Amino acid sequence: MESIDLHIKRELLEYLVLIRRFEERVKVLYHQGAIMGAIHLYIGQEAVAVGVCRSLRDEDTVFSTHRGHGHAIAKSGEVERIMAELMGRDEGLSRGHGGSMHLFEPPKGLMGGNGIVGGGIPLSLGGAFTAQYQGSDRISVGFFSDGAVNQGTFAECLNLAALWKLPVLLVCENNQYAATTPVERSTAVRDVVGRARAFGVRAEKVDGNDVEAVFQAATAAVAALRQSQGPRLLECETYRVEPHCGIIPDERTPGERELWNPRDPVSLFVGRLVGEGAISASDLEALERRVRERLDRAVEFGARSPWPDPQVDPHRTWVLQ
Amino acid sequence: MRKIWYKTAINEAMHEEMARDERVFLIGEDVDLFGGVFKISRGLVERFGARRVRGTPISESAFVGLAAGAAMTGLRPIVEMMYIDFALVAMDQLINQAASTSYMSGGRVRLPLVVRGQYGTGTSEAAQHSRNFESWFINTPGYKVVMPSTAYDAKGLLKSAIRDENPVLYLENRVLYTHKEEVPEGEWLVPLGSAEVKRAGADITVVATGYAVHKALSAAEQLAGRVDVEVLDPRTLDPLDLPAVLSSVRKTANLLVVQEAPVQCSFASEVVRLVVQEAFRDLEHPPLALGAADVPVPFSPALERAVIPQVEDIVAAVQRVLEKGA
Repeated sequence: MESIDLHIKRELLEYLVLIRRFEERVKVLYHQGAIMGAIHLYIGQEAVAVGVCRSLRDEDTVFSTHRGHGHAIAKSGEVERIMAELMGRDEGLSRGHGGSMHLFEPPKGLMGGNGIVGGGIPLSLGGAFTAQYQGSDRISVGFFSDGAVNQGTFAECLNLAALWKLPVLLVCENNQYAATTPVERSTAVRDVVGRARAFGVRAEKVDGNDVEAVFQAATAAVAALRQSQGPRLLECETYRVEPHCGIIPDERTPGERELWNPRDPVSLFVGRLVGEGAISASDLEALERRVRERLDRAVEFGARSPWPDPQVDPHRTWVLQ
Repeated sequence: MRKIWYKTAINEAMHEEMARDERVFLIGEDVDLFGGVFKISRGLVERFGARRVRGTPISESAFVGLAAGAAMTGLRPIVEMMYIDFALVAMDQLINQAASTSYMSGGRVRLPLVVRGQYGTGTSEAAQHSRNFESWFINTPGYKVVMPSTAYDAKGLLKSAIRDENPVLYLENRVLYTHKEEVPEGEWLVPLGSAEVKRAGADITVVATGYAVHKALSAAEQLAGRVDVEVLDPRTLDPLDLPAVLSSVRKTANLLVVQEAPVQCSFASEVVRLVVQEAFRDLEHPPLALGAADVPVPFSPALERAVIPQVEDIVAAVQRVLEKGA
């Protein structure tokens, strides 16, 4: 595997830290009541979104999930308008119509999250279909989790993607939990890679907490997809640190979370970069300060943004001709 | 004027719109083989190729969702449901995804998608091949619902549906597929949301949909001389051309709504509600909604006929409204 350029490593780190601190900030704002609704935090899984999305071009499409803040930030580079959307404001990415699970930024290829587990997989094939139909080398990415592999859409889409050689990268974030049910209680055969291969989809398993490993695997898969070599699946083994969502209690075995601490994707990568001499303690301090200031601005932007005006909002959902 | 089948009209509309716009493609089960099981897509794969006419595996969720995703990213899909009943398998993709995405994005994504499907009763296919879904989709924000009863409307409405920027459910009646009617040559459209009076009359307005339009016209013939029946076909059920309905009711002062679907919480009951709300004082008698019995459609012709409104039921319903009201 080719080594990753230093400037790319720094970019990966910047996004990892940005998403981690963003989610920490969201957690506080949620408990203060400034952010409402169903909030699914991405803490612990940041390396997947960053490794995959930073291997893409703007025009490549990403179809995300209910746990999609990380994908949205990594794909769009937005923070301010994502924060405003989470706060239900008019200047939010989706003008306050979608919220946490429905973040759209089409010019950057961000095609929304999804409130239905497995619901976005067929849509991601649609993005790939359009690229193939238009003869473009764009690719499409569908994120989902171990919970979604037991939905019918997963099996249907593996077959259809393989049958039509669609340029789609299916990314399974195996975070060990389907809502609150652990994977061993929901899935008879846990080998997602094996399932994909059974349908004729080339698949590979990668350490989802190692951002470099994810980035390298995604980069190789994307290159193959651009050459019309058929769909790919990446199973990224990771761990959901937070409860399923803000309103659902979590009764995990005591000590389980702590077992994953040494695999924390942010500290893992920081430690490696410091060890390589690629960043210094003061670089890290500057990065944290940059991120903190950006998030301060984002929270301020969200809080200042007006609420959507129900008088202006169309009463019907139809788009005018 | 030339006469063509209702199903030929649908086929012509797809030929013309696919020739007009490269972004339009057809996807569904068997659509590339022999023109589909009902031959609605005849000639399309030969003319436009396998790239634009995509036969699919029997995976409704996958291909409906794929079409929705293609619409989100710049194409204009036509999805064919072999039987509209099969839409139930893809309901998440049709409703949670296709119908909601444009709105949830704050209008940042458009979703120009036509879902065509044939429906109908009277062919002894039992409950899972005989459903009427128009009311489900009317009740779902995000869909326009189109239900042509003539070949002329079938062609003009489908062309408008394909050019619309929103998800459109386009319902084809399989009993009407082989009805032959006058359809002009050349380019014309029937706008979505426009009703048409199929027969003018002075005594009662019968609002009817799909095959019930033809049954209502036969009932009107039988009643001619005694009762002067006006038959109004809304053609698009959502958005409803309410001004046309109200103007007819204000003229006749009486209303019967006829559909082949069950009545509870349906299009027919909704039209009655709207007329009562908007034109109560113009009504002479209480209005009536007539539809199928509240059972899954049975198989045997003897049973099937009994649960679906027939011409004689419409005649009786007209008399009931005019004599004593509902």
